Amino acid sequence: MTATEYKAGSNLEKILTEGKFAVTGECGPPKSADGSIIENKAGILKGFVDAVNITDNQTAVVRVCSMVSGYQAQQHGLEAIMQMTCRDRNRLAMQADILGASVLGIKNILCLTGDHMSFGNHPEAKGVHDLDAINLIKMYKDMRDEARFQCGEEMPVAPKLYIGCAENPFGDPFEFRALRLKKKVEAGADFMQTQCIFNIPKFKEWMKEVRAIGLHQEIKILAGLTPLKGVGAAKYMKNFVPGMDVPQEIVDRMSSVEKGPPAHAEGKKLAVEMIKEIAEIEGVAGVHLMAVEWEEAVPEIVEMAGLLPRPAVA
Amino acid sequence: MITAERKPLDEILALVGDKKKVLVAGCDTCVAICLTGGEKEAEILASELRIKAEQDGREASIEHTAAIRQCEWEYLDMIADKVKDADIVVSMACGIGIQSMAEKFSPALVVPAVNTNMLGMPQEHALWLERCGACGDCVIGETAGICPVVRCSKSLMNGPCGGSHDGKCEVTTPEKEDIDCAWHLIWERLKAQGREELMYVNRPPKNWSKSSSGGPRKMVREEAKPV
Repeated sequence: MTATEYKAGSNLEKILTEGKFAVTGECGPPKSADGSIIENKAGILKGFVDAVNITDNQTAVVRVCSMVSGYQAQQHGLEAIMQMTCRDRNRLAMQADILGASVLGIKNILCLTGDHMSFGNHPEAKGVHDLDAINLIKMYKDMRDEARFQCGEEMPVAPKLYIGCAENPFGDPFEFRALRLKKKVEAGADFMQTQCIFNIPKFKEWMKEVRAIGLHQEIKILAGLTPLKGVGAAKYMKNFVPGMDVPQEIVDRMSSVEKGPPAHAEGKKLAVEMIKEIAEIEGVAGVHLMAVEWEEAVPEIVEMAGLLPRPAVA
Repeated sequence: MITAERKPLDEILALVGDKKKVLVAGCDTCVAICLTGGEKEAEILASELRIKAEQDGREASIEHTAAIRQCEWEYLDMIADKVKDADIVVSMACGIGIQSMAEKFSPALVVPAVNTNMLGMPQEHALWLERCGACGDCVIGETAGICPVVRCSKSLMNGPCGGSHDGKCEVTTPEKEDIDCAWHLIWERLKAQGREELMYVNRPPKNWSKSSSGGPRKMVREEAKPV
């Protein structure tokens, strides 16, 4: 039996390639030079997720860079999915950073456009947007597969990358959303994580479109979920986070319980129910749990959803 | 057209300082049409400066004038005498006009009274919207006549980002509320044209060296040069 040829050979790639249901998590680096934060978060998630997204100046707020935080997570035994936005870097920086990340042993990369600067803590910043996320995916694919820089020049040692992208099934125009994913697949994306899903019927509708054009066969789709800590989080997501679709019934359900531990328990219960429902959808290869500043909820949710132990791949 | 907005009076006063002979110079082309820096607005600003000087008990001679176009040498010749007579010129032209004036009459002191902000279109009376980024490599032949470079907040080339909602851009600030998502508009118009397949194509990275990223630009028309 010949060994599978992996593009990067990351844990995530192996799990998805073997057709096992993947679980990814998310860690936001700190807004300071505190090296202990990622260490602690990685300690909480290790063994409960297959890889963890390390956000890149999430919501346009300055934090420790995703390359260093990703490296730290991996040093603590948790595989990183390094996020990279087109907002803060031009094509030179994005190529330099992926080479650097590769040298540090980072294999999974998530290519994003990035939230606009106006949302963050430096609204006067100049947005770069030299490339868009689709250009970025293609650039990294060509670096990996052709050992070429975007300008066409060759490099002696190509980075080994498992290339991811994001898609928002709830963005508009809805009829273009699956087609936009197709563009990302054509550009070279290997896996995709969705924006947080709260509106499952609409996600199912989108997956139908995705399957209709056969994309579920060409890209590994991870459904994004955010466990809600309370009704406040639900309302915030509904009203302030761009591109989010939170049905009123979710807000009502979270407001039906008391704040604190009862709300936390309800939020976890809701997340587990959603994971189970989403796992049944044809073409969904895994879940991406974005427990923003609530990483400690992840182990329990993963366990309650029956997703333990996480598969070991050689 | 080029649009501009007048600077706050305090900023203009700080630029003028204690200069005695002040010439406020309007421009009767783009900035006049956008009601910012034409002869009428130059006259108003001159009055404001005069009132302020009087309130402060400063002696000052403040005149106004206007050129048909401050960005062309021959029109500047027509106001040369007034400029030579002034200690400072407060130009209400766009950035091009202001610089033409400063170059033509160098080392005369020329300061701006406006902030040039965009290549915009008068959508309705007293409302201008940005329409062109002068990127040097126009793509709107493939995007239904809608510019993604300046009308998409992220200058995306391959369709809307995840923040497009109900036809609106994710960027909504108090000053910029209600921005249309350019890619939603492009999608709808391409569909109306029966050309939506143009949205399915992956466009390569844009060549920004043709924009200001390539350094100051220069255009030469050899065939139009005088023999």
